[in-house]
Amino acid sequence: MAAVLGSLLIGNETISMSTVAGTWLHPDGSDAQRIVEYLRVPRTLVGVSAGAALGVAGALLQGLTRNALAGPEVLGVNAGAALGVVLGISVFGVHTFGGWVWFSFAGAALAGAGVYALSSLGRGGATPVKLALAGAAATALLGGLTTALTLLDINTFNSYRYWSVGALTAADISVIGTALPFLATGALLAAMSVRALDAIALGDDMARSLGQRLAAGRATAALAVVLLAGTAVALAGPIAFVGLTVPHMARALTGPGHRWLLPYAAVLAPVVLLAADVLGRVVAEPQELQAGIVTAIAGAPFFIALVRRRRLAEL
Amino acid sequence: MRADRRAAVVSLVALVIAVVAMVASLTMGDYPLPISDVLTVLTGGDGSTRRSAYVILELRLPRALAAIAVGAAFGLSGAIVQRVVRNPLASPDIIGINAGAGAAAVFLVVIVAAGPVTVASGALTGALATAVGIYLLSWRRGVTGYRLVLVGIGITAMLTSVTAYLLNTANVYTAEQAAIWLSGSLAGRSWGHVLPVLLAVAVLLPVALRLAASLRALELGDDLALALGTRAEPARVALLATAVALAAVATAAAGPIAFVALAAPQLARRLVRERGLALVTSAAVGAALLACADLAARRVLAPAELPVGVLTTVLGAPLLIWLLARANRIGRTG
Repeated sequence: MAAVLGSLLIGNETISMSTVAGTWLHPDGSDAQRIVEYLRVPRTLVGVSAGAALGVAGALLQGLTRNALAGPEVLGVNAGAALGVVLGISVFGVHTFGGWVWFSFAGAALAGAGVYALSSLGRGGATPVKLALAGAAATALLGGLTTALTLLDINTFNSYRYWSVGALTAADISVIGTALPFLATGALLAAMSVRALDAIALGDDMARSLGQRLAAGRATAALAVVLLAGTAVALAGPIAFVGLTVPHMARALTGPGHRWLLPYAAVLAPVVLLAADVLGRVVAEPQELQAGIVTAIAGAPFFIALVRRRRLAEL
Repeated sequence: MRADRRAAVVSLVALVIAVVAMVASLTMGDYPLPISDVLTVLTGGDGSTRRSAYVILELRLPRALAAIAVGAAFGLSGAIVQRVVRNPLASPDIIGINAGAGAAAVFLVVIVAAGPVTVASGALTGALATAVGIYLLSWRRGVTGYRLVLVGIGITAMLTSVTAYLLNTANVYTAEQAAIWLSGSLAGRSWGHVLPVLLAVAVLLPVALRLAASLRALELGDDLALALGTRAEPARVALLATAVALAAVATAAAGPIAFVALAAPQLARRLVRERGLALVTSAAVGAALLACADLAARRVLAPAELPVGVLTTVLGAPLLIWLLARANRIGRTG
């Protein structure tokens, strides 16, 4: 709640609580009310939905792979979604969110599946190191291709460079309506996969003895990741480290069970993302740092701390 | 010593390819020159017009030499890092050194509007600072390969987002200039860019070969290396410092050209069929790769040209995926 209020109230124009309330209770068309209606509210809603999606997607990925370093950005899912969107803009001339989101899904799904498949080949399966390496390699590759495409056409480059930093401002309110069904489906699938994820957490032997239903559970969770991360990237750009860090915070509060972990991640992630967004507005006034930049700068030390832990935790 | 002879032959062939590509690069362009003119100019003979002398000596030769020197520096740097970290994927582009150079360079282009020489030295500083930072952050009673790589991945994420932010604050044309630098390009390189790289390769190649002896001991693992009288950590630091200096100088001259540092040592090792170091061969293969790639980047879409880094990315990608799949399948990463 506090984060939502902060996002509504703080910015280039600090706006009073009563003005925000007045926007709904007795609209008078003042500048402050317009800012709230057309800028702050959509921005806050984008933050809440993209944040929740990333948080849940990260928690699902960490559960699926039993890997503390898993996250949509680490596995190249974000980079894949970004390349998908750029392909959509430059090759197919798609300029609406409703069109982008499909490219974003396709890119996220292909990149995520490719990276996971590569890293699970061979001895030991998808260990944290192999996963992170494969993801970094894929990110380098997909990012290079994205740069190549954007350099060939300055208009694509111009739309892309803004979207690519992970800002909550690019979207307008109608976009949320388009995104909502995808997010809801993703959330439903995530909820359905809770039992499978808990079974996976018990270890490979136990999971194997539970058999067939587990395979379906894994597929459900993977589909949920694609829907959630793909939508979040299409909404707000490739925001780094929210999907990686938030599940760790949530796990500290709830313990390992997914029944509570997923909802906590869904609530915590928007708080983190909105806090980053507000911080970016305050720090760089009168300009602003986009939320994705704040989370990357703040999240990287967290990632490094995870890496430095003695046993690179497998969950 | 059959491996050594093989290595010598492979290196020689790679160098010949590099020189052929260089000569081809000198003859081709919007102002084509027959090879006889090129040779006349290069040998300082009479009969060459001042115009062709200018085109060759001031425009094409620096660029062609830059391709060779930068390729050699990246190849050598990649070979060292891959062996020290014992992971074929640990090239400077992946562990974050390029990201540091890129962030510094884009800062100078966008905020300071600096000229090419300042940008190059800024990139150099950025790369070195990043390398030191990554090394210190991965220090925990010694540095293991995987921790170095993973810390590098985290740092890369942070620096690339700073770079993206800087690109966003600039007007679109400045930002595109910076983005072209970021993808790696040899266009418009002058002698001022080339000479530092040539010098660095000339000095650091012998240094690397000297240190290679300790690298062989490191291959056996820290404990055994210690038993053989090589203290692992100082040797590792010296080698990594050499590799970083090479990558930094090359990046300063040409931007972060992707995948040469990754691909050249892998190709070299396969051609030599040796599990060893193949440092000279890696440098030669890197030179040949980049000389050919830059020639292609200039001529494929002529008269327009691609940044060579775009080309190496597209060509390097399948190799990278294959390497990953293979390293994982056989259960080792080195």
